[in-house]
Amino acid sequence: MKNTTSSLRRVRLPRTPADWLEAVMNFIFFLCGMLAVCCVVLISVYMVVSGVPAIHKIGIFKFLFGTKWASTAAEPLFGILPFILSSVYGTLGATILGVPIGLLTAVFLSKAADPKLRTVVVTAIELLSGIPGVVFGLLGMQVLVPAVAKTFGKASGACLLSAIVVLSIMILPSIVSVSVTALNAVPPEYEQGSLALGATDTETWFKISIPAAKSGIAAGVVLGIGRAIGEAMAVMMVAGNSPNMPDSLFRSVTLLTTAIAKEMSYAGGLQRQALFSIALVLFVFIMLINVVLNVVLKGGNRDE
Amino acid sequence: MKKISRRSFLTVCGAAAAAAALTACGGSASSASTAASASTTASSAAGQAAGTLSGNVATGGSTSMKNVIAALTEGFAEVEPGVTVSYDPTGSGAGITGATDKTLDIGLSSRALKDDEKNDVDGTIVALDGIAIIVNKDSKVADLSVEQLKKMFTGEITNWKDVGGEDGEIVLVGREAGSGTRDGFESIVDVKDSCKYAQELTATGAVISAVEANPLAIGYASLSAVGDTVAMVTVEGVECSEDTVKDGSYKIQRPFVFVTNKSVALSEQAQAFVDFATSKDAADLIRTAGAVPVNE
Repeated sequence: MKNTTSSLRRVRLPRTPADWLEAVMNFIFFLCGMLAVCCVVLISVYMVVSGVPAIHKIGIFKFLFGTKWASTAAEPLFGILPFILSSVYGTLGATILGVPIGLLTAVFLSKAADPKLRTVVVTAIELLSGIPGVVFGLLGMQVLVPAVAKTFGKASGACLLSAIVVLSIMILPSIVSVSVTALNAVPPEYEQGSLALGATDTETWFKISIPAAKSGIAAGVVLGIGRAIGEAMAVMMVAGNSPNMPDSLFRSVTLLTTAIAKEMSYAGGLQRQALFSIALVLFVFIMLINVVLNVVLKGGNRDE
Repeated sequence: MKKISRRSFLTVCGAAAAAAALTACGGSASSASTAASASTTASSAAGQAAGTLSGNVATGGSTSMKNVIAALTEGFAEVEPGVTVSYDPTGSGAGITGATDKTLDIGLSSRALKDDEKNDVDGTIVALDGIAIIVNKDSKVADLSVEQLKKMFTGEITNWKDVGGEDGEIVLVGREAGSGTRDGFESIVDVKDSCKYAQELTATGAVISAVEANPLAIGYASLSAVGDTVAMVTVEGVECSEDTVKDGSYKIQRPFVFVTNKSVALSEQAQAFVDFATSKDAADLIRTAGAVPVNE
């Protein structure tokens, strides 16, 4: 047959100017890709190198499981369990609020809306995604915090609940846009087949379209969770920022991100190293969440 | 033949430009300071006529000193129009650190320097400032003693009705740990390390906004920043004003300090700025900004 060439691809020197162009462009693309990898590697190495000394000095169990953070006291204490728990609860809360709303909005936009209404809602979602975090924080501080205080009869509305509400609004656009793309990509034959068998529209959407778009929706959820766990500015203005254990939704709390943001500008010595250690913990958290979510949410697709 | 050689010429040019850009990026010193600091003094050696300086003075630190620095910058611009003064509101702690690390020409602190800080930096007192105790406009409380403040801020007294107001939980709004205003307040009221805040905010303006929004809140802020959006409480009968701060009868006050590094001589323009701020001409500017001048 025609396959007389060996299966080994030999590197050939470019012979024509067109080949040279190809080679150079490929090299430039390779460099760009490597740039991204380099950034991630450098950041990871820097985080580990800066964060480990303080953990060593403080002791890993006292650091991760200590319940009191008093970095500027005469006898400094560096326990970050309150921050870890607040971040976990905050992200969890934002996910519980944001994912259902986002998913149902995506179904609406992809399947149920009539074209004019769809344009309006899509524009609104895009605008929402462009609003900077600081603006959310400002609105939260001026509008949400007093509203929470009044609704629940609390003295101060700057608490975990306000942070959760702000975060869920911020992650909505990510979840919605990616889910809409995923739902739009479901082959129409699936839905038509389901409808032909007598299922209603809603049954089709929830039993056929969403499971078919599962991996795309999972990607959107991962994106949203990533944004929620990393948000500092907006949360700092509504969460109260006292280093308390989050034993109630109405407690003034500090998250991992806001703990760093609050003290980074003036910290020195062990306090500064401890902030790097918090950053390292946050980094590890994000990695873990990404891995776990990717395995759990997308793993199901393997046997489709 | 001509078509190919032109294309390859452009390719080589593009590749060379890309390579040059990458090298330049990698080679330049990473003076990318934190988002906080502005660049250090610019080298403006050429063209310095007598009496006309140019360049940049990087100041930063206390958020309480915002109005004072703004007034001084305006006044200084009339004396030395070629000099720009930049100001970065990051908190007194950051101002002192900036002066120590030489990332700022002049660090701004709204508290006196501690002994261990004095090893590396010098402080020049430019003005005095009263720390006003602010409450919401709807609050009925008009006067508090230092003792009452101490009990409120440590959590002993938790209800407004115990200090003469209406029934309601006291919401304590304060500053972050590196703040000069917090340090001043806590050392004078003697509640260091034992305050139980409901909210810790990172700027004087943020505290004022938080108190304005919550009828049950009490906080502290620099007198120079307080407008008429919140009400000020008198401390043991003494109102917080310029006169009472100057003669010392208002107890809760602290100095506004220009912090400079000991080991490095100030640039010409920075020295000129410090001299201007401590001169008699600046006294009125400081006064209009709401602080109390010390040199007049």
